[in-house]
Amino acid sequence: MYVATKGGERAIDAAHQWLAEERRGDPSVPDLSIPQIREQMKLAVDRVMAEGSLYDPDLAALAIKQARGDLIEAIFLLRAYRTTLPRFGASAPVDTDRMDITRRISATFKDAPGGQILGPTFDYTHRLLNFTLMANGDVPSAQRKESAPIEAPHILSLLDRDGLMEPLPASDETPRDLTREPLEMPADRPLRLQALTRGDEGFVLSMAYSTQRGYGRTHPFVGELRIGTCAVEMEIPELGFAVDIGEIELTECETVNQFTGSKTQPPQFTRGYGLVMGQTERKAISMSLVDRALRWEELGEDDTGAPAQDAEFVLYHCDNIQATGFLEHIKLPHYVDFQSELELIRKIRRDAETAMQEAAE
Amino acid sequence: MSTLPQDQRKAYMGLLARSAPRSLAELLPDLPDHVWLRAPEIGTTMVRGRVGGTGAPFNLGEITVTRCALQLPDGRVGHAYVQGRDKAHATRAAVVDALMQGDEAAQIRASVVTPLQAQEAACRQTRTEKAAATKVEFFTMVRGED
Repeated sequence: MYVATKGGERAIDAAHQWLAEERRGDPSVPDLSIPQIREQMKLAVDRVMAEGSLYDPDLAALAIKQARGDLIEAIFLLRAYRTTLPRFGASAPVDTDRMDITRRISATFKDAPGGQILGPTFDYTHRLLNFTLMANGDVPSAQRKESAPIEAPHILSLLDRDGLMEPLPASDETPRDLTREPLEMPADRPLRLQALTRGDEGFVLSMAYSTQRGYGRTHPFVGELRIGTCAVEMEIPELGFAVDIGEIELTECETVNQFTGSKTQPPQFTRGYGLVMGQTERKAISMSLVDRALRWEELGEDDTGAPAQDAEFVLYHCDNIQATGFLEHIKLPHYVDFQSELELIRKIRRDAETAMQEAAE
Repeated sequence: MSTLPQDQRKAYMGLLARSAPRSLAELLPDLPDHVWLRAPEIGTTMVRGRVGGTGAPFNLGEITVTRCALQLPDGRVGHAYVQGRDKAHATRAAVVDALMQGDEAAQIRASVVTPLQAQEAACRQTRTEKAAATKVEFFTMVRGED
């Protein structure tokens, strides 16, 4: 027998109203504005944009406010909003070599042309709570130093020039897009990078960490990490030429890893690549490590059975919206499913009891 | 049709798209009469990157974009594609595009384009100077007698 049940509408309405009140918190405390979140919770905004796969700081800030600071819920809101918009086209690939630099460091070359520019980083802070922030302390303004525009060529291009890096085949092929077609294996490198750049930061971080601990080791060095803004250029059909339609902040990481080579090719360093929207360097470094680990096959390395080498495992589990959707649905009513489980276990127990009685007799 | 050289048009259209909506609104508070060829519409553009910075393209994520096209009473047409969801921003950018294709070009260049260029340059310079202040100056300590 199947009995459909309805109800709970009144309870749901009341729950949502309470949620709205709870979201606001104590009304004697001033309400947070969207610009406050955008400006002062910037790294949360950047994460929501990167994993929401939609660069719009105001919308990401709104999503964070609405989600009460639950970033995965905020990412969900942003992804849902995105699906309501028409897509006008695709940009020309961003030229990260011409990035307007905020931060740029290399762990491999001390004297890289353009220098080591630390930018606004948490590195080298003591990780002590700063109680002046609680007391509304004054903020020191950034120092300045006269400078011509910073010319910072990609550091790996220097190794490339000497033939020490594996070559990077140039192409203008239209990449597959996992927002338009289901993610299917085998996934080529462009498709893997799309999945990783919008993947969950925690998941990608842990996968990267596992390679460092020995599960698919790749011996990475951060050849270069850079943060800054790049123009976004798109071909406008009405005009017949391309124009800048905006500018976005990006974080890019290139790793230099151990070697490949063959009978015909001398040994060369190999590459891992990370590019993420916003100021998201933990994610960009993680992405480049996982990208490199996933390349074992094309580089002729052994499959050691490490999770980070398994494209299907990594790519099908890195999306936090898919993951949370499937995970959280199990808390919703499954009364009928469970009823059948109950009936099944009762039947099994009855059968077992009968069997035991018969055995005893 | 536009008589402007393409590179000039490309340059100011990019500048208008990259500028803050409020800055453009302050420099161009009043809009001339116009009719819509395409009313402002919000959508997205898929931004692409390249594998390793220079290799094959891949899809990085989308940005919000507002576009519109309009026509002035004298027939001049202006287009705009600007980042974000600000319809007034797109409208102003299209108006500037249309005005730049006629007699007002010099005046619009002086009152809108040049100030926006200056703002953008100042903004970039500020960031460059802050970044330059965080540039590491390595020094080597020589120890021992020889």
